Amino acid sequence: MSILNLFVIVPVLTVFAILFTKDFKGARVVSAIGMGIQLLLAAYLIFAYLDLRAIGITDEMVFTQDILWFPMLNIHYAIGVDGIAVSMIALTAIVVFAGVFASWEVDNLAREFFISLILLATGVFGFFISLDLFTMFLFYEIAVIPMYLLIGIWGSGPKEYSAMKLTLMLMGGSALLLVGLLGLYFYSAPDGGPLTFNILEIAKVHIPVEMQRLFFPFLFVGFGVLGALFPFHTWSPDGHASAPTAVSMLHAGVLMKLGGYGCFRVAMFLLPEAANEMAWIFIILTTISVVYGAFGAIWQKDLKYINAYSSVSHCGLVLFALLMMNETAMDGAILQMISHGLMTALFFALIGMIYGRTHTRMIDQMGGLMKVIPFLSVVYVIAGLASLGLPGLSGFVAEMTIFVGAFQHPDIFHRAATIIAISSIVITAVYILRVVGILLLGPVKNTDYNLLTDARWYERLSTITLLVAIAGIGMFPFWLSDTIMNSLGPIVSRLLAVV
Amino acid sequence: MHEIPLQYILIVSTLMFFIGVWGFIVRKNLITILMAIELILNSVNINFLAINRFLYPHHLEGHFFGLFVVAIAAAEASVAIAIIINIYRRFTTINVENVSEMKH
Amino acid sequence: MDFLYTIWIPLIPFLLFLLIGLTGMYFKPIVSGIVGTVGLGVITLLSFITAYQYFFVDGMVDGVYQKIVAGSYTWLAFTDTLHIDMGVMLDPIAVMMLLVVSIVSFMVHIYSLGYMKGEKGFSRFYAFLSLFTFSMLGLVVATNIFQMYIFWELVGVSSFLLIGFYYDKPSAVAASKKAFIVTRFADFGFLVGLLLLSYITGTFDFKTLTSPEGIETIRGAGLTFMGASAVTWAMLLIFMGGAGKSAMFPLHIWLPDAMEGPTPVSALIHAATMVVAGVYLVARLFPVFIMVTPESLNVIAYIGGFTSLFAAVIACTQFDIKRVLAFSTLSQIGYMMLALGVSGYGEHGLGFTASMFHLSTHAMFKALLFLGAGAIIHAVHSNYMYEMGGLRKYLPITHLTFLIACLTIAGVPPLSGFWSKDEILAAAWHHDKLLFFIEFAVAGLTAFYMFRLYFSVFWGKETHYHHTPHESPLTMTIPLMLLAVASIFAGFIPFGEFVSSDGIPHHGEIHMNIAVPSVAIGLLGILVALLMYRRETTVPDRIAKALGGFYRTVYHKFYIDEVYLFVTKKIIFNLISRPVAWFDRHLVDGTMNKVAWVVEFSSYRTRQLQSGQLQHYAVFFVAGVLVLVLTFAYFLF
Repeated sequence: MSILNLFVIVPVLTVFAILFTKDFKGARVVSAIGMGIQLLLAAYLIFAYLDLRAIGITDEMVFTQDILWFPMLNIHYAIGVDGIAVSMIALTAIVVFAGVFASWEVDNLAREFFISLILLATGVFGFFISLDLFTMFLFYEIAVIPMYLLIGIWGSGPKEYSAMKLTLMLMGGSALLLVGLLGLYFYSAPDGGPLTFNILEIAKVHIPVEMQRLFFPFLFVGFGVLGALFPFHTWSPDGHASAPTAVSMLHAGVLMKLGGYGCFRVAMFLLPEAANEMAWIFIILTTISVVYGAFGAIWQKDLKYINAYSSVSHCGLVLFALLMMNETAMDGAILQMISHGLMTALFFALIGMIYGRTHTRMIDQMGGLMKVIPFLSVVYVIAGLASLGLPGLSGFVAEMTIFVGAFQHPDIFHRAATIIAISSIVITAVYILRVVGILLLGPVKNTDYNLLTDARWYERLSTITLLVAIAGIGMFPFWLSDTIMNSLGPIVSRLLAVV
Repeated sequence: MHEIPLQYILIVSTLMFFIGVWGFIVRKNLITILMAIELILNSVNINFLAINRFLYPHHLEGHFFGLFVVAIAAAEASVAIAIIINIYRRFTTINVENVSEMKH
Repeated sequence: MDFLYTIWIPLIPFLLFLLIGLTGMYFKPIVSGIVGTVGLGVITLLSFITAYQYFFVDGMVDGVYQKIVAGSYTWLAFTDTLHIDMGVMLDPIAVMMLLVVSIVSFMVHIYSLGYMKGEKGFSRFYAFLSLFTFSMLGLVVATNIFQMYIFWELVGVSSFLLIGFYYDKPSAVAASKKAFIVTRFADFGFLVGLLLLSYITGTFDFKTLTSPEGIETIRGAGLTFMGASAVTWAMLLIFMGGAGKSAMFPLHIWLPDAMEGPTPVSALIHAATMVVAGVYLVARLFPVFIMVTPESLNVIAYIGGFTSLFAAVIACTQFDIKRVLAFSTLSQIGYMMLALGVSGYGEHGLGFTASMFHLSTHAMFKALLFLGAGAIIHAVHSNYMYEMGGLRKYLPITHLTFLIACLTIAGVPPLSGFWSKDEILAAAWHHDKLLFFIEFAVAGLTAFYMFRLYFSVFWGKETHYHHTPHESPLTMTIPLMLLAVASIFAGFIPFGEFVSSDGIPHHGEIHMNIAVPSVAIGLLGILVALLMYRRETTVPDRIAKALGGFYRTVYHKFYIDEVYLFVTKKIIFNLISRPVAWFDRHLVDGTMNKVAWVVEFSSYRTRQLQSGQLQHYAVFFVAGVLVLVLTFAYFLF
C-alpha cells in the first residue's frame, strides 16, 4: 500500500476520533495530535521522495497505486506524487497544523468545527495525491463544502451572505470544471478503447485542437475561480472577511492553491496547444489581477480585506507565471504558491489573534500595538516583509524566480506584461508599510490596549511553525527549487513541444 | 331491434366529458367539482361499454373495465369527500378559491 | 594563500544579528552592545588583513589588480546560465569599501555604547546595526548583480528598521516608510534594468559582465527601444536603483527625513555607507557604462552635478543641524556621481579614482560630522541651531573634531577632503567646463554652509541652557578622535596606486591650476560665514528678507516634497486606488451580485404561477393537453 493513502486515512480517523470526544478540550487535542501526525508524515514523505529520486528513479509519479472503484465509467482511485505535489502536501500539512492551534479557543460547537476543518483538509490532501481526474474532482468538492458550514456557522459579520457567495461562486467554477473534465474524458481515447480519467493516460494521447480550444477555457477558468482570477475573485474579500481564523488560513493558504495547481496540472498539461494559443488572454487578465489586487489593497481599512486583496495580487502572480510557459517561471509559480500559502496563513492567523484581543479589524481604530503585544507585532512585521519580498524570506525567492523566468520570454508582449507585474512590488510595499505604520507603530491609541496580553503558547507555536517554514525557504531555496524544477521537466517539455 | 348508432353514444359521452371538464374548471364548490369529476369518469365508462359492444360483441373486457372504473370512482369519491370534510373543518368553507394555503 | 576566510566578514555580523536578535532580551542590554562591538572589531581586523593581503601580497598579477572570487556557491539556480550565487569577490573597490564600511561601522558601534545608553531597545538597536553591517558588507563583496540586489534590499530594510527605531514617534514612522517606499520605487528600476541586462547578456556575474568578452556580447546586442539601445535603457534603469539609494535628485526626498533615526544611524547609513551604495553600483558596472553606453554616463554626470548644487543651496537655509548635514551628504554624493560620469577609462580614468577616493574620505569626515552632531544633540537635547551657541566652552573635544571635519569638507589643504575634491574638479575640467563651474560654485557653498553651522553652534550668541551642557563620555569621544585622525591623514594615501578603473595603478598628481582657485573659493566661503555668524548679527535675516520668495522656496526645499505628496496622496490614493476599490466593490462584485439577483428575481416571478387556486392548475392542465394534442395532430396528419 502506498504511503499516500495515509494522508487521507489519518484525517478521516481523526474525524472519527473527534466524534468520541466529550468537549472542546478533547476535540482540539485530538485534532492537534491528528494533524501533528500528518505533519510528521509529510516530513517523512519529503525524505522518502528525495531518497527515491536519489537512487535514480525517474518515473514521473512515484508512490503510485491504482484501484478501480467504478468500473462502468472506468473511474479509478489512482494516486501518486511528484516533487510539486510533495511540496504542496507539505505546505498543506504545515498550514493545517498551524490552523488547529490558531483555533485553539473555539468553544462554540468545537467538535463540529474541528470535524469540518479536518474534513476540508482531507479534501485538499486527497486533491494533491490524486491522479484520476474524477477522484480529484471528488476531493475538490469535499474541500469546498465544509467551507460553507465553517463560514456560515462560525464566521463573523454578514456570514451567511459571504458563505453563500463563496460557495456559489466556487460551485459555479466547479460546474465549468466538470464540463471541461468530461470533455477530457470523452476525448481521452481517440483511437477507440476504454475512456479514462487518468491524467497520465490522457497526457499520452493527442486531443484534437478544436476540442482543446473548446475545453481549455472551461478548465482554466474553472480552476481560476478558485485561484482568484480577475474578474472572478470577489468571493475572496467577502469570504475571508467573514471566515473564522483557521478557515481563512486554510482557504487562502491552501484552497486557493488548488486553483493554481489544477490550472497547470490539468488545464495546461493536458491541453497544451490550446494553452499556448490562449495564454495571451489570461496573461492580460492575470496582469490585471496582480496590479489591481495591489491597488485595491491600498484603500482598504479592514485587515482581512487588505489581506484578501493582497492574496488576489499574489495568486494572480501564480497564474501569470504559469502562463509564461517556461521552466523557471513555472518553478517560480510553484514557489509562489507555497510561499504565499505560508505567508497569508501567517497573516490571517495574526489578524485573528489581534482581533481576539482588540475586537476590531479596522486599522484606523488601532495603533501602537508594537508596544503592547510585541511578539505578535514583530511576527506581523516579518510576515509583511515576506509579503513585500524581502530577501531571506520566501516571498523574494518566489517573486524573483517568476520575474527572471518571465523575462526570459523572447516576446515583447510578455516582457511588457512582466514589467507591469514587477511594478506591483512597489505597490505592495506601500500597502504593507501603511498597515504596519498605522497598526503597529506610533503611540498606543487606546489606553485599554495596555492591558492586552501577548501571544500564548499555542499562538506562538502556530506562528513560529509558519515563520520557520517561511525563513527556511527564504534562506535555503535551492533544494525546494531543484525538487520542483526536476518534476516540471515533463510538463514544460509537453507544453513547449507543441509550439 | 334497431341499434342506436355508435356516433350517438360517442356524442353523448363527449358532451358529458366536456361538461365535466367545464364544471371542474368553473365551479367553486368542492362537492360540485367532485361531481364534475364523476361526470368525466362516467363519460369514459360509457365509451368503454359502447366501443366494446360494437367492436368485440363476444368479449367482455370493456364491461369489466367499466365495473372497475365504477369501483375506483366510488373509492375515490369516498376519499375525496373525506378530504372535503377535513377542508371544511380546517377552513369552514368548501369554496376552492379560499383554499390556497399551499401556494408559492 | 587564498582569501577563503573573507566569507566570514559578512557572515559574522549575520550570526551576531541572529544571536542578539533572538537572545538579546534575556541578557542585560549592555551585553548585546559589547558583543556587537567586539564582533565588529574582529571584522575590522579581518578587513585590514584582507586589504593588506590583497594590495600588497596576492592581489596584483602582471601589474593589474585582479578580480578574485574568494568563494561562491549557487544559492538559487534559475536556468543553466542564470543563477544567483552567494559569494565573495575582491577587487580594489570592494576591498576599499570593506575597509570603509567596517571602520565606520566599528566607530558607530563604539559610539552607540555611550549615545544609546539607557534607551529602551538597546539590544534591538545593536541587532539592527549588525543586520545592516551584514547587508552592507554582503553588498560590497557581491559576486554578481543579483547578489547585490539581494543585499541592496536587505540594506533598505535595515535602514527602514533603524530610521523607525523610535517607533512610537509618528514622524520617525513616517520617515522610515518614506525612505523605504522611495528606494523601493527606485529598486523597481534596478530590478527591471538587471533583468534586461541579464536577458541581453545571459549572465548575472560581474566578472563575466565586465570582462572584455562580456562587453563584446553586450555591444553585439542590437535591440533598441525608443531611440536608445536596450543596453542604455538597462544601464539607466540600474542607475535609477543607484540614484534611489544614493538619494540623487529627484529621488532624494527620503534622505533629509531619514534624520529622524538615531544619530549614530545617520552617521553609519545615511552618510558613510548605504547612501554611497549607488555610487558603488555605478563604479562596479563602470566598464559596461563607459564602453557600451557612454551617453548614459553623461546623464549620470548631469544628475550628479545638479544634485550637488541643488542640495548645497538648500543646505544654506536649514536650521536643523542634522538636516544641514543630510543635504551636505546629498551634495557630496552628487560630487561622486559626477566624477564617475565625467571619467574616462584606463589612462583617462581620473574621475573614477577620484570618485572612489572622495567616497572614502567623505565616509570618514561625514561620519565624524554626524557623530559630532550627535554629541551636540546629546548635550543640548535639541536639533536646532538657533537653540545653540557658544558651545565651544562646554564641548572642547567635540568642538575640535568638528572643526577639523568642517575644514576637511571645505577642502582646506592638507586635509583629506582637499585631495579628493581636487581630483574630482580636475576630472570635471577635462570633460565638461559647465560641470566644472557648477562644482566650483558648490565648493564655495559647501564651505559657507558648513561654517555657518559651525559658527552658529560653537560661537555666536550665548544661549541659556536648562542645564549646563557637558562633554560626552569616552565611548563617544574616542570614535570622534579616531575619525578626526583619519580625516586628516586619509588624503595622503596615494589612491591612484590602488584604485583605478582598469585595475592598473596610475600615479596621481596635484593640479595646481585647479587646486589654487578651489582652495580660494573655499576660504572665501569660510570668510563669509565668519562675518555673518561669528557674532550674532542681523545680516542673515536681512539677506533672507532681501531674497524673499527665492529664500522661501529654498527653505521649503523647492517644494519637491509637496509635489510628491500631491502625486501619492491625490493621484495614487485618490485617483487610482480609491476608484479601483470602488470599481471592485461596485462593478466587478456588483456584476456577481447582479447575477445572483437575476436568479432570485426570476425564481420569485416564476413561483407566482403557484397560485394555490386549484382551478388555475386545471386550466393549465387542460391547455397543456390541448397544445399537445394539436401539436401531435399537426405533425402526424
